[in-house]
This record gives sequence, structure tokens and C-alpha cells, in this order.
Amino acid sequence: MSDLTHLTISQARAKLRGKEITAAEITEAYLSAIERANPVLNAYITVTGDKARDMAEASDAKLAKGEGGALEGIPLGIKDLFGTEGVHTQACSHVLDGFKPRYESTVTANLWADGAVMLGKLNMDEFAMGSSNETSHYGPVINPWRRSRLDTVVMPTTHQGDGGFVSAGGTKTARTLDNAQLVPGGSSGGSASAVSAFLCAGATATDTGGSIRQPAAFTGTVGIKPTYGRCSRWGIVAFASSLDQAGPIARDVRDAAILLKSMASVDLKDTTSVDRPVPDYEAAIGKPIKGMKVGIPKEYRVDGMPEDIEALWQKGIAWLKDAGAEIVDISLPHTKYALPAYYIVAPAEASSNLARYDGVRYGLRVPGKDIIDMYERTRAAGFGREVKRRIMIGTYVLSAGYYDAYYLQAQKVRTLIKRDFENVFTAGVDVILTPATPSAAFGVADEDMASDPVKMYLNDIFTVTVNMAGLPGIAVPAGLDAKGLPLGLQLIGRPFDEETLFQTAYVIEQAAGTFQPEKWW
Amino acid sequence: MSVDLQTVKRVAHLARIAVSEEDAERMTGELNAILGFVEQLNEVDVSGVEPMTSVTPMEMKKRQDVVTDGSKATDIVANAPATDENFFLVPKVVE
Repeated sequence: MSDLTHLTISQARAKLRGKEITAAEITEAYLSAIERANPVLNAYITVTGDKARDMAEASDAKLAKGEGGALEGIPLGIKDLFGTEGVHTQACSHVLDGFKPRYESTVTANLWADGAVMLGKLNMDEFAMGSSNETSHYGPVINPWRRSRLDTVVMPTTHQGDGGFVSAGGTKTARTLDNAQLVPGGSSGGSASAVSAFLCAGATATDTGGSIRQPAAFTGTVGIKPTYGRCSRWGIVAFASSLDQAGPIARDVRDAAILLKSMASVDLKDTTSVDRPVPDYEAAIGKPIKGMKVGIPKEYRVDGMPEDIEALWQKGIAWLKDAGAEIVDISLPHTKYALPAYYIVAPAEASSNLARYDGVRYGLRVPGKDIIDMYERTRAAGFGREVKRRIMIGTYVLSAGYYDAYYLQAQKVRTLIKRDFENVFTAGVDVILTPATPSAAFGVADEDMASDPVKMYLNDIFTVTVNMAGLPGIAVPAGLDAKGLPLGLQLIGRPFDEETLFQTAYVIEQAAGTFQPEKWW
Repeated sequence: MSVDLQTVKRVAHLARIAVSEEDAERMTGELNAILGFVEQLNEVDVSGVEPMTSVTPMEMKKRQDVVTDGSKATDIVANAPATDENFFLVPKVVE
């Protein structure tokens, strides 16, 4: 049974359609895997077992009649940011205590319409603000990956009775796992951890500054942030509306393509959702990249970047070159300003979006001596430290007298960041290759990051430019570092050209292989 | 630019977040670290650059001005901490 959890979505899809397995069986396999692993990994904050079984039963009925949808019977985990009707939806914040929406987000509704099965809601950084999944009201998520070291083990020479040698001795190498707990990245840390640890076949996630791609890179999974406007934001708890996008985290490139096809849609309920048909992303997989122009931006070679990451980047370049791509050096001169501009734009939008949590319409209410006191006490008790920090920054930069100096300046810089990409694409570059993160996964309760918020923010240095420019970006695992931790490469594409990302990411995946953590949980 | 303790308290009140003296002091340091980090934006020459208003050029979708949804007062108040007959209850605001 437990092997069913190791099937990719495309493999499970074939077996379900071929009636080799049932949706009920694969759903039970995931539910028992979650029961065993979740006390340790804390990836799920709610498991919807009964709902999952009902959905699986309905899927089996459809599959029996040969009527299954694109994801019929595939068990998925849903990030707690997505509104799910009648089911816990709190953006992992205390301020939304007890909130169960009376509606379903467009993205999840699309998945259920295609036959997917909901296993439960996944842990995340509170309101998607964080890069380590440690700001969740429900505690940190643990990365199924651990550091390891390669040991040389001396094999003793052994005899068997009077006969010959059984072992001739010599040495072999073995990996020894370290006990230190690592973060899965954030904010979609629950999604990444659950996909990597085989606790769901795939997961929904969201990305405002890197929240899909950074955790995917930290867990050896594939994560794509589509172009702004490709997935409807309707029914997703808002963080920074001009940057937020939903996308999948999956175990391989093909699965990510299958999931995005179902998640993306044209939606009248989100005026920023784009009015263009969703292509068949899976069809792009396996197409040759011969003659494709791949840009390598020199500004992504940052000071203090670990050697492993530079080496991985070079490997990625070599793989694409071997596959017939043309490698060109490019410049994106405003790259270094993307992160500071983001830390004005995102908090400003967040301070406005999060004004709605006032103890009146939903969630937590802390009584006060009058209504203002009630608002202030409710928000003081309901929001965690990081969320308060960002609301405060946002309120400050939008306050009278500071708007021009901060917000307007940041939005102008954003125009320049986008222009950098436009210039490169106009010059004929099809896709840009960069590292996904400046490091591998770090430890839970890392002291450096805890003492300086800016250090934590630097995790998004390679991913945030993509959100600022509204472009699609995919993180694909490309190797392990010296300590045995996964590292990812990022591909950035033209607006609405997710197909090229899947096509190119697949070439990297073919060369690098896929990566699974050694099971310790 | 940097903020002092008084400014932090004023901003906290604008953001409707109650802060203790200790919170405000800690936040002053943290906010100044972030403001110090974003300061580098001032070195960018933005003369003649339009601020971004929409990341993808798109026309605002419009639809017929007709009622397409509604009559769900019970749904709307379902998650409220205090309600009475489909009204949200709040502390007294007018004497």
C-alpha cells in the first residue's frame, strides 16, 4: 500500500484509468502516511479524512464509467491560504481563528472539478510572510531532508568456517544522517515538505516573492510560479495583491505541468486574471530545446554565494548547451534593487489587505474598552511578530509625507526591473537560467536569521525579481550539495510562456534526475 | 530615514495594533534595520520613469451592471464573533 504514495501523478493517473488501483486505495495510503509522519513533520494542520474518502469514492464511480477528469482520484494537499468551503482556512494565523469560508477559491474549485481529492490543509508562514515556515501559528514545518556526511567504512575481513572469505574486507562509503532539523523554506513550507515526504501527490502553493520556488528548492521538488494573472486569485487570502500568484509544487516537471493546467483558468471573479486560454502544458514536455537562447544574468553571481551553488549553475548551463541550446551572457542591471523595492511594495499592499482583520467580521475578537481598543487588542493578539512588522512598515511607507519617498520610488524602480527583462527578451532570449536560492535549507531556529529580519529576506534574492516583473518562474531540483541537501535551479520565461519553462526544466530534470530524502521519520 | 520610538507608537496606532513599551522599543530597531536596507533605492535614477501600476498591460474587465450574486446574509455573518439577526455586533460607538 505504501508504495502507492510513491507514484507520480502521471503514473497514478495511468493506473487509475487502467483500473489497476482505485482512488480509495491511493487515498487511504496517503492518509496513513500522513498519520505516521505528520506528528514529526507538521506539514498538515488539518487532515480532512472523511471528505477525502467521500471524494475518492465519487472518483472511483466516475473512473468505473470511464468519465474521470484530468486529476480524477489524485490526492492533493492544499495550502491554508486557499479558501475551502466549510474547511479550516486561516492563512495559519491566530487572527482567523475558527474561520471556515462559505465559498471555495477558484483554483481549488478547478481542481475538484477535474476530480482531485483533498487530503487536508497545509501549514505555511502566517499570511505567507516568511521564508522558513517558522512564522506559522501552528509551529514550524520540518524538512524531510537532513544533512548527511559521507563516511568511509572499513569492512572487516570475515571467514566462514573452514571455507573461503565471505567478505574480502576493503572500504565502502556510506551516508550518515545528521539529527539537526532543517526548515523546508517558506512560505509554502507545508506544501513542499508534504510533497517531498510523500504525504500528497502534489500540492497547491502561492508565491509573492519566492514562496513556491524557494521551498521547492529546499526540498528537492518542482515548483512553478506562473505569470501574474494566469491563476485566479479569487478566494485566496490576500497578502500583496499585485504580486500574489498561485501555482503547484510537485515531484517532477510533468506533474507540475499537469497540476498547473487544472489550476489555471480565466475567471470573471478576478479582474486581474488574464483572458486567454490555458494551453496543454504537458505537451511541451519532451520537445527539443535545440537552438533555444538561454540567458545567464551576471548580476545573479552574488558575493558569498556557496561554491556548490555556482557549480550547480555551471552544470545547468552545460546540460542545456549539450541539449543544443545557445548560451548567452545577459545583464539585468536593476536586479539588486528588486529585494529592497519588494520590501516597500509588499508590506504596503499587505498593510492595506490586512486591515480587514478587525475582530468584527470573522476570526478572533479580544474585547476592549471601546471599538478602537477592541481593534487594537484583537490585532495585537491575533498577528504574529513578522506580520506586525510588515504591517508597520507598510503603514509607515504609505503614511502622509512618506508616500513619494518610498512607495512611488519603489514602483518606479519596479518599472525599471521589468524593463530589464523586456530588453533581454526583445533581444531574442527565450529563457533565463539562475540559481533558485542563495543557499541550501538551513536549521530550524537559526540564530542569525532570528536576530536580523533582513537576513531572512535575502533568501528571496533570486526569486523576487520575477514577482516584481510579473513573469513566470520555475524551480527545478538539479543536484545535492556536499552535505547531501537538494539545490535547485530557476528558469524565468516570457509572460505567459510557461510552456518554455516546462520544456526546459524537463531537460534539466532528465540530466539531473529526481531526488528523494532518506526516510527517518 | 529612520524612526524613533514616538513614530513607532504613532504608526502602530494608525495600523490599529496595540503595542507595549517593550514591543515598541524592539520594533524601532527592527523597522530601522528594514528602512536602512531599502535606503539603497535612492541611488537609482528614476527621472522620467513611470511608476508601475499594472504588471501586465491589461484592460480592466467590465461587465453588465446587473445583480449576479446576493441574498446570503447568513453566509456573510456565519464566521463573525458576535451577531444578532444577520447584523454584526460591535461595542457601542455612539452615545
